[in-house]
Amino acid sequence: MATPGDVTGEGWPLYEVFVRANRGLSHVHVGSLHAPDDDMALRNARDLYTRRNEGVSVWVVRSTAITTSDPDQKGAFFESPAGKNYRHAKYYEKSAEVPHL
Amino acid sequence: MTLTAPDASAMSAADEAEAQAHFDAIIEADQRIEPRDWMPEAYRKTLIRQISQHAHSEIIGMQPEGNWISRAPSLKRKAILMAKVQDEAGHGLYLYSAAQTLGISRDEMTEQLITSRARYSSIFNYPTPTWADMGAIGWLVDGAAICNQVPLCRASYGPYGRAMVRICKEESFHQRQGFEILLELSQGTDAQHAMAQEAVDRWYWPSLMMFGPPDDESPNSAQSMAWKIKRFSNDELRQRFVGMLVPQAEVLGLTLPDPNLCWNESTQSWDMSEIDWTEFNEVLAGRGPANAQRIQHRRDAHENGAWVREAAAAYAQKQAARERKAA
Repeated sequence: MATPGDVTGEGWPLYEVFVRANRGLSHVHVGSLHAPDDDMALRNARDLYTRRNEGVSVWVVRSTAITTSDPDQKGAFFESPAGKNYRHAKYYEKSAEVPHL
Repeated sequence: MTLTAPDASAMSAADEAEAQAHFDAIIEADQRIEPRDWMPEAYRKTLIRQISQHAHSEIIGMQPEGNWISRAPSLKRKAILMAKVQDEAGHGLYLYSAAQTLGISRDEMTEQLITSRARYSSIFNYPTPTWADMGAIGWLVDGAAICNQVPLCRASYGPYGRAMVRICKEESFHQRQGFEILLELSQGTDAQHAMAQEAVDRWYWPSLMMFGPPDDESPNSAQSMAWKIKRFSNDELRQRFVGMLVPQAEVLGLTLPDPNLCWNESTQSWDMSEIDWTEFNEVLAGRGPANAQRIQHRRDAHENGAWVREAAAAYAQKQAARERKAA
């Protein structure tokens, strides 16, 4: 299966960019960019994705380093939770009227 | 995530019919298509064309304003204009990334632009002779762009919609700063007021043309709307834009250059003069006032920057080799 972002013929490798908007929040994927190396990727990410104080921390990772689930497997890969609704609190109805439950 | 879409050519007819049905169901349910989902070839091609054109427009759009940075009337205005031009570079990059998820490379798109095989918005082929043009571009051109782009935030292709959300957030500053330039000029001396009016006269019609040909002459619109890439027709958006401009022009104390513009109570729409599409078609065909200059400038910038790209790549290789040796 093809590696994400592995487009041949590009001058510079592709990086994915993750930004932490504020302390206490996770880093969230915001987009991608091309850069010659990790250091430049980080600087470019700052200039491109945090021009208005959108973040307090930035991660960059080469797209080729990411392993993904296979879209051709359709739902099969995520089948396991199906029919297991007892994993959700709302499955248990008898406690609905009981306070603090 | 920039993940390239799979190659559809290797599928059997039955698989393809199933994939098409799955695609149709996602569109029907108003959900988003993501990069590695199967999609009809025509959908992919339409998106590559539209998103890359949009990206090119942002990149070329840096020129008419970049030209004014050194001549902007104050340090504050220079700083604002630089921020705006920087935003446009950013918008171009968000959109190139979105297009890349469809399987086209950045280098290929750049090549298409500098060899004039790709289009960009014809609006940037008009010259900007006065400072007031910076105001008119912000108010009218960015205003029209916002009107076009807000519905694109809900485009059926996920990466495109996400890029548009970012762009729309940033674009509203562009329109407001343009409005402010015009307001200050309009309320200034007689000469400044006249300069503002002339700029509005220059940009009004080209900005209305940004919405594209009338609905009955827009061959691709119906398909794009069926695919939920486009949510409103060209004429609907044009009407909406004019409706927003009228009260804003009053605040500015400037006149929109169309004597026939008035609200029609019976049709609940704006009556306006015929748009001169021959001009639009001329500009689109590359015979606008600044077409050649814009492309030449972009090509020069790309070619003159080659040594920087090469040096950066050489440095990265050298560093990587050094790290391997140390390890």
